[in-house]
Amino acid sequence: MLNHSLQQQGDALRAKKISSVELTQLYLDRIATHNPVLNAFVTVEAAKSLAQARAADAQFAAGTAQALTGIPIAQKDIFCAQGWRTTCGSLMLDNFISPYDAHVITQFNNAGAVNLGKTNMDEFAMGSSNETSYFGPVRNPWDIKAVPGGSSGGAAAAVAARLCAAATGTDTGGSIRQPAALCGITGIKPTYGTVSRYGMIAFASSLDQAGPMARSAEDCALMLNVMTGHDERDSTSLQRDKEDYTRELSKPLTGLRIGLPREFFAEGLSDDVAQCVQAAVAEYQKLGATVVDISLPNAKLAVPVYYVLAPAEASSNLSRFDGVRYGYRAPDYTDLTDMYEKSRAQGFGEEVKRRIMIGTYVLSHGYYDAYYLQAQKIRRLIAQDFTEAFKKCDVIMGPTSPSTAFNLGEKGDDPVQMYLSDIYTIAVNLAGLPGMSIPCGTGANAMPVGLQIIGDYFKEAQMLNVAHQYQLATDWHSRAPQGL
Amino acid sequence: MLLTTQDVQKIARLARLAMNDTEIEAARTQLSGIFELIEQMQAVDTAGIEPMSHAQDLSQQLRADVVTATNDREAFQAIAPQVEGGLYLVPQVIE
Repeated sequence: MLNHSLQQQGDALRAKKISSVELTQLYLDRIATHNPVLNAFVTVEAAKSLAQARAADAQFAAGTAQALTGIPIAQKDIFCAQGWRTTCGSLMLDNFISPYDAHVITQFNNAGAVNLGKTNMDEFAMGSSNETSYFGPVRNPWDIKAVPGGSSGGAAAAVAARLCAAATGTDTGGSIRQPAALCGITGIKPTYGTVSRYGMIAFASSLDQAGPMARSAEDCALMLNVMTGHDERDSTSLQRDKEDYTRELSKPLTGLRIGLPREFFAEGLSDDVAQCVQAAVAEYQKLGATVVDISLPNAKLAVPVYYVLAPAEASSNLSRFDGVRYGYRAPDYTDLTDMYEKSRAQGFGEEVKRRIMIGTYVLSHGYYDAYYLQAQKIRRLIAQDFTEAFKKCDVIMGPTSPSTAFNLGEKGDDPVQMYLSDIYTIAVNLAGLPGMSIPCGTGANAMPVGLQIIGDYFKEAQMLNVAHQYQLATDWHSRAPQGL
Repeated sequence: MLLTTQDVQKIARLARLAMNDTEIEAARTQLSGIFELIEQMQAVDTAGIEPMSHAQDLSQQLRADVVTATNDREAFQAIAPQVEGGLYLVPQVIE
């Protein structure tokens, strides 16, 4: 059952071969066994999950079940879920019991899915290794000395270790794709505005987007069907007709034009990752695709641009944490300002404070034009590069991350080294395009390698088709870590 | 770009983050490294380029001017650090 697709798990539930309560208990037992080492979940509430499973079983009995009814889904701890502790990986929200549901949670509840628990993450989604979580690092199921990537590291580890059927993640600069690559799973960040951000704790609002993390493209398509759709409570939620993301899965790839950006295969990419990505492209050529050389000349500026824009937006978004209405308040203070300053200093971790400070600086008087405005102008150049590229190709492919999973503590003291691990993913967020990562091999250390697939705006169904056809021809996506 | 101790103290104050001298000094070193990375942007000629503030060109959505929010004060205040009589309590600001 653990290696069954979501479709197969749903079929087994519909055929009454297993109940949702049994399936949920199976995963809860696995979490109890493996979470003490992996630390993928921050909060598990068996009683709540099993109550949802019983309700799902009642839906099967009544014949009202939908595609994901009764399926246990792990939710990233950035999504507010009513009655659930929702921490965002921070001491600031350690005691925060959400009084309401995020739109994504509502969508899964309406679909009859089971909330299996809340997954660990980098604090406020700021990190690429899950080491900034207040609740301690997540360990990579393929090698517990290695990081799972971040910020959706708990979700990626949980899916890879078969501690859940599928999971949700969010991606501001690569936080779905990079951990998916490092843990050998499939994840997709849809076009900006496709999934409502209501109740998803904000990091950088012009970049944040939620998406599924699962064992295959087919599973991701079923998840996206539930997650997407217009929501008037998020002013950036797009008004588009509901799509069936599975509709193109079985299309052959004959004639598909794959763009390979020169800049993604240059200095900084490890040899083992380059070899796996090239082998994947060769496999696509066997499946009928052709390869086009393209250039994204401004992509190299994505990291500096991101580290102006994302912290600027974060410094504004995180100003709400002041110890007054919810969240952490320092135990001792002398006056109101002292209460603000101590609550924030104690409640936030180092990386979050660092980014608030970068953002505060670039928005401050005298520096706004040189940093913030200049970054927004280069953002447009980066987006225009993609527009030009998509005149010559249907999808863009390259590595998701420059290396396989690095070890815990390896990039400890130098934030810049950590930031550069998102060098291939960030430009996609700046442009607002959809991007995904699928497993395409293992590197020199036997750790998973991710192939990044970037599509044009709203081309998720096509990207899922491209990924699915590769997954029919290869078995990288179905490999699981040993010993679990 | 090298930030001074005074720069970092000012940023910390604007961001409402209490920091001691050791923390200010550590932040100065790390922020200087990050701004060195960010400085790469300055070499790019962006004359005539329209700033891109958002991933989609959207106009603000409008809705009818009717009450949509429900009164959830009790639920919201149940998770507040300090409340009294339906009000959020903070240290006294007016003598």
